[in-house]
Amino acid sequence: MKARVTVMLKAGVLDPQGEAVRHALGALGFSGVEGVRQGKVIELDLADGTTETTVTEMCEKLLANTVIESYRVEVL
Amino acid sequence: MRAAVVTFPGSNCDRDLAVAFERAGFAVDRVWHKDTALPEGVDVVGLPGGFSFGDYLRCGAIAARAPVMAAVGAHAARGGFVLGICNGFQVLVETGLLPGALMRNAGLKFICRSEGLVVGDADSAFTSGYAPGAVITVPIAHHDGNYTADADTLDRLEGEGRVAFRYARNPNGSARDIAGVLSENRRVLGMMPHPERVVDPVQGGTDGAALFAGLAGVLAAA
Repeated sequence: MKARVTVMLKAGVLDPQGEAVRHALGALGFSGVEGVRQGKVIELDLADGTTETTVTEMCEKLLANTVIESYRVEVL
Repeated sequence: MRAAVVTFPGSNCDRDLAVAFERAGFAVDRVWHKDTALPEGVDVVGLPGGFSFGDYLRCGAIAARAPVMAAVGAHAARGGFVLGICNGFQVLVETGLLPGALMRNAGLKFICRSEGLVVGDADSAFTSGYAPGAVITVPIAHHDGNYTADADTLDRLEGEGRVAFRYARNPNGSARDIAGVLSENRRVLGMMPHPERVVDPVQGGTDGAALFAGLAGVLAAA
């Protein structure tokens, strides 16, 4: 089985990289980009039977820094 | 007085930190990240600067889960001193021994230069060698030093006098110009600037020496 974890900065945490991407898109002539948030996607190959609870535990212990980041788990 | 300096794969300020402790009178043990215990009688653990585990995932994230960090956590819980510099500070926030997080610099650039630091009114062994409000010059060298915490945490740090150092001129976007913070018991200090790089005139400055000497003085008197 596979799981996909999406880690994003929490709303309200300034994202300097996303802001730089927004500026670069504007410089390329793409108007109307009002905000960019950059995060990361982590794909996990898991032994069958691994529970979503275990993946959530992985997020809490390592994959996300919950001080500044939120995460979403999808079992594929 | 004994100090233990931890080396992770990718640490690169570990030797300088060991030398800074030695010059202040400490006997220094070098500890590997896979060690599961600290040497007997260690007073202070130093977590050095560098790029532990290549900064993979997040700076300090993987080092914070290294085997030795359980022993460092137990040392801190016993009231032992811990000094984390630069990547070491990132490791300390990732372990939760210090609050907040260190994000990418606001200007997105790696910054490597000397900065003025204002010594906070923190009553701690680490700052005991400085007068409160003194301005010292210490190099910074980081890409992710933008200190962030929620407003309540920042208020609490300031209210409890746990901001050990502030930037005189904020280089990286850190909340409230914070360059270094202390734990609740004031025995764990994390700071982005590198005091170990200014302990000898040949390094171009000596403003960092008082941090190590101050700690040594408090330990010697204890």
